[in-house]
Amino acid sequence: MARFSVIGKSLAMVDSSSKVTGLGRYTNDLSVPGMLVGKILHSPHAHARIRSIDTSRAEALPEVKFVVTGKDAPNPFGILPIGHDERALALDKVRFIGDNVAAVAATTEEAAERALDLIHVDYEILPAWFDPVESMQSASNWLHADRPYNIEKEYHHVFGDPDQAFRQSTFVREETYRAAEVNHAAMEPNATLAIYEPDGRVTVHSSTQVPYYLQRTIAEVCELPMSQVRVVKPLVGGGFGAKSEPISLEIIAPLLAIKAKRPVKILFTREEVFLAHRGRPITIVELKVGITKEGKLNAVAARVIQDGGAFCGYGPVTVLYSGALLGAIYDIPNVRYDGFRVLTNKPACGAMRGHGTVNVRFAFESMLDALARDAGIDPVELRRRNMLAAPCTTVNGLRVTSYGLPECIEKVTAQSGWSEKKGKLPFGRGIGMACSHYVSGAANPIIRSNMPHTTVNIKIDRDAAVTIYSGASEIGQGSDTMHVQIAAEVLGVSPARIRLVAADTELTPVDLGSYSSRVTFMAGNACLAAATNMRHQIFAAVALTFGCDPARLEARDDFIFSQDDSRARLSFDQAIVLAITANHHGGLVAQGSYTPPEEARGGKHKGAGVGPSPSYSYSAQVAEVSVDTETGQVLVERIVAAHDCGRALNPVTVDGQIIGSVYMGLGQAMQEEMIWNHGRLMNPSFLEYRIPSTLETPPIESIIVESEDPEGPFGAKEAGEGSLAATIPAVANAIFDAVGVRITTLPLSAEKILAAIREQEKIERGVGQKSGAR
Amino acid sequence: MNSKEFIQLQVNGETRDLAVPPAKLLLDVLREDLGLTGAKRACDDSSCGACAVLVDGVPILSCVAIASCYQDSEILTVEGIAPPGELTPVQESYAAAGGSQCGFCTPGFMISIKALLDRNPHPTDEEIRMALSSNFCRCTGYMQIYESVRLAIVRSSCPPASAVATLSRVER
Repeated sequence: MARFSVIGKSLAMVDSSSKVTGLGRYTNDLSVPGMLVGKILHSPHAHARIRSIDTSRAEALPEVKFVVTGKDAPNPFGILPIGHDERALALDKVRFIGDNVAAVAATTEEAAERALDLIHVDYEILPAWFDPVESMQSASNWLHADRPYNIEKEYHHVFGDPDQAFRQSTFVREETYRAAEVNHAAMEPNATLAIYEPDGRVTVHSSTQVPYYLQRTIAEVCELPMSQVRVVKPLVGGGFGAKSEPISLEIIAPLLAIKAKRPVKILFTREEVFLAHRGRPITIVELKVGITKEGKLNAVAARVIQDGGAFCGYGPVTVLYSGALLGAIYDIPNVRYDGFRVLTNKPACGAMRGHGTVNVRFAFESMLDALARDAGIDPVELRRRNMLAAPCTTVNGLRVTSYGLPECIEKVTAQSGWSEKKGKLPFGRGIGMACSHYVSGAANPIIRSNMPHTTVNIKIDRDAAVTIYSGASEIGQGSDTMHVQIAAEVLGVSPARIRLVAADTELTPVDLGSYSSRVTFMAGNACLAAATNMRHQIFAAVALTFGCDPARLEARDDFIFSQDDSRARLSFDQAIVLAITANHHGGLVAQGSYTPPEEARGGKHKGAGVGPSPSYSYSAQVAEVSVDTETGQVLVERIVAAHDCGRALNPVTVDGQIIGSVYMGLGQAMQEEMIWNHGRLMNPSFLEYRIPSTLETPPIESIIVESEDPEGPFGAKEAGEGSLAATIPAVANAIFDAVGVRITTLPLSAEKILAAIREQEKIERGVGQKSGAR
Repeated sequence: MNSKEFIQLQVNGETRDLAVPPAKLLLDVLREDLGLTGAKRACDDSSCGACAVLVDGVPILSCVAIASCYQDSEILTVEGIAPPGELTPVQESYAAAGGSQCGFCTPGFMISIKALLDRNPHPTDEEIRMALSSNFCRCTGYMQIYESVRLAIVRSSCPPASAVATLSRVER
C-alpha cells in the first residue's frame, strides 16, 4: 500500500473549476448596490512641496460624493515597523511621478475622472534624485527629513576573516554587476472594494497577499479599532510580491467609503500598477570572490546598492536578504557584506519573487563561472566542491536542516547532457549552469512577537463535513489545495469532503500572509497540527467503542479502522457521531498553529533577523542558448531546472511553480526593464514592458528533488520562488560559453551582446596586430 | 454625454436587449451590464488577451471593441463555452495538468484554445504555441497550458502518438 493517500498526488486545484469557467470572483468582479467609483489623482512632479490643494470645483459636481486629500488621513504607515513613511495621500510633498495626491468617489467612472481634472494643486517644485549613487551623495533636498543622504538603511556584516582569506586565495576576481528594475506584472491589476457597514464598520475586499497586515494598516490610518475592519481576500490574480504590502488604493478605498458612507471600488489601470510598483530595484553589486587552487570557496565580499525609490517599503528586508543569502548556499567560511538601501524620487520598490536574492545570485553565479575557468575546473565540479554538509549552520548563522542541492546538480546535469555538451558545442552555441536557493518562510515575523505565525482551525459537525479555517492567502500558488491535501491525508477522508474558508479576517485565524514562500511550510504545519488534534478526538471516541488503544487506529478512505481487528471498522460519518456524542460539547473543533523554533531564528548581529528560515529550498539549472553573432540576438533553446522542495505535496503544482519561476527569471534575464527618464517611467504598459509570450518562452523542463525536510509538513518546503534566481546566471553563463563574452548588466539584451562581441573582436585584432600573430 | 442607445447582442446563445452609451466597450457591457465577469480587464491596451471573447468563432479583444458594432454577431464568452455545470475537455484537462495558477488569464486562454481546436482539432506543438501567442500568462511559463491542451486532445479523440508521448506527470 502506498505510504500516502493524498499527499504526493497531483490533485486538481480546488478552485480550478471556478477559474476555467470564468465564474470565480476576483475583486474587480465584485459589485454591490450603491457602489461608487474611486479614482486617484497622481503627482506629475517627481519631487515637489504641496502649497495648497483646491478641491471645491470637483466637489461641486453632482456625481461626486466625496473628495479626500492627505489631511483626511495623516497617519503614516508602512509594512515594516521601522519604515512608517507613507501616507494614503501625500501630506506635505510628493516624492515621485505618480505619487497619490487626492482621491474622489463618484457615481460613474467618467465623473470621477472629470473631477480629478478639476482638482487644482499648487506645487513648489524641488530638486529630485534619480540615480542611487548620486542620491547617496546628496547634501540637501532629501526625500525624507529623517533620512540623511537619502540612505534608508545600511548594513555592514563581517563573518570570518575575509581580508586574510582573500590573501590566501589563488584565484580572486572583482567585478561590478548591475541589474535593471523589473515589475511583477501580475495579470490582475490591483483592485479594492470597500463597503461601509451601517454600524460604522468597514469590510474591505482586496487583491492582497497579506489580509492581516492590510487590516492593521487600515485600522491605523483610518483610526478604527482593528475589530471594526474586516478584510476579505477574493481570488487573487497573481501577486509575486506586488501585493505583499498595503498599496495606496487599499487604504484610499476604505477611507472614501467611510467618508462617503457608501461602498467604493477602485481598480488600478495598468499604468497605476506600474507606478504603485514594489518591484525588484535597480541593483549595483560590487563583488569580489576568492577561491583556492583546488576550487574551494574561500572568501566573498559584496557591496550592494539598491535604488529603493521614494519609500521604505520592504527595503531593509530586501537589502538584508541580498547579504544573508549571498554566501549561504555554499560552504563559504569568510563573508563581508555592505548593503545600502537608497531613496530616490521614483516609485517604491519592494518584495518580488526571490526577494533580495536574485540580482546578487546573478552576480555570484556569473563570477563563479569565470573563476571555474580561471582554475581550469568544470563549473559543475566547482560547485560540487563547495557543498554544505547538512545539518549545519552557515557562517552567518543560518540553520540548514535539509540540502538537496547535490542531487539537484546531479539530475540537472544528467538530463541536460552537460558533460556531452560543455565545451563541445560549436561557436555561437553554449551551455551554462547556476544554482540558487530560498527561504521557506521568514523565521522572524515582520512585527516582532512570540505569537504563532499562523493558526488553522478545523470544524466537523454532525454532517461529517470537514471545514478548515485558515488565514493563508491563495494567490494562485496552491495554498488552498495544500490545506485540503494535508487535512485529507491526516483525517483519512476524501478531499471532496473538505471545505476551506480562507483569508477572511472575520472568520479565519491570523496567518501572516503569502510572502517569503512561507505558506506550505508554516500554514501547512499548522494545518497538519490541527488535523492531527482533530484525529485524536475522533480516535479517542472510536477507541472507546472498540475497546482498543487509539494508537492502533487508522483513518483511510473515509473509514476508521483498527490495525489489529478487521471487524473493528466505522465509516467516518459514524465516527463523527460517536465523537460528538462522547465529547458533550457538540460539533468537533481543533486548532493547530506554527511558530518557528528558536534555533531557526538566526544570530544576534544587527540585521540578523532577515535570512533565517526554518528551512531552505535549493535549485540547480542548466540553460542552452544560441547566439546570432551578427545581431547579438540570443535564442534560449532550453532550460532544465531541478528544485529541492523537500517533498512535493502536489507534483503538478510544484512543477508549475518551478517552471513559472524559471519563466519569470527568463523575462528579467532577456527582456524586462523599467526605463526611466528623469523619474518618469517610459514604459508603463504591457505593450512596452514586454513580459515573455509563448513565442519568447523556450521549453522549460522541471525536475523535482525531495530531500524530506525534518520539520516541513510531510517533509515539504519552499517551491514557489527559489528557482527564479538561478535562471538568469545560467543563461548569462551559457552566452559566455557560446560566444566568449560575459555580460554583467541585466537585461542580457542583443545590443549589449553585440557590442561585447564587437569589442572582443577589436581586442583580438589589436592583440593580433601587436604580437604579429594570426 | 449621458445619452444611451438601444442595442441587441447575441451572447452565449441568448438575445440581450440593452441601453448603453454609444461608445461603451464590449468588455464593459459584458461585465457591467450582463454580469459576465469572466473576461478580464488587465492591460488597457489590447496587449494581454485576458479580455478575449469569440465573435462568430473568431477571438477578439473585447477591451478595444465597441459593443454596438457586434449586434449582428454571435458572441461567446468563457461562461458560454460549456453548458452550466459541465466542463469541456480542455477545462477538465486544465485542472489535471495545472493550466491555471492564479487563473486571471485563463478565460482568455479558454477562448484562444477553443478557437484553435475548432479549426484544427489536432494541432502540432508549434501550432499550439503560435495560437496562444496573443495571451499573456505570468504564472505558468506556458508549459502546463500546452500540456493541458495536449491532454484534452488525447482524452477527447484518437490522438497522434506524439501528443501522448509528450504528456509527463498527469494521469492520461
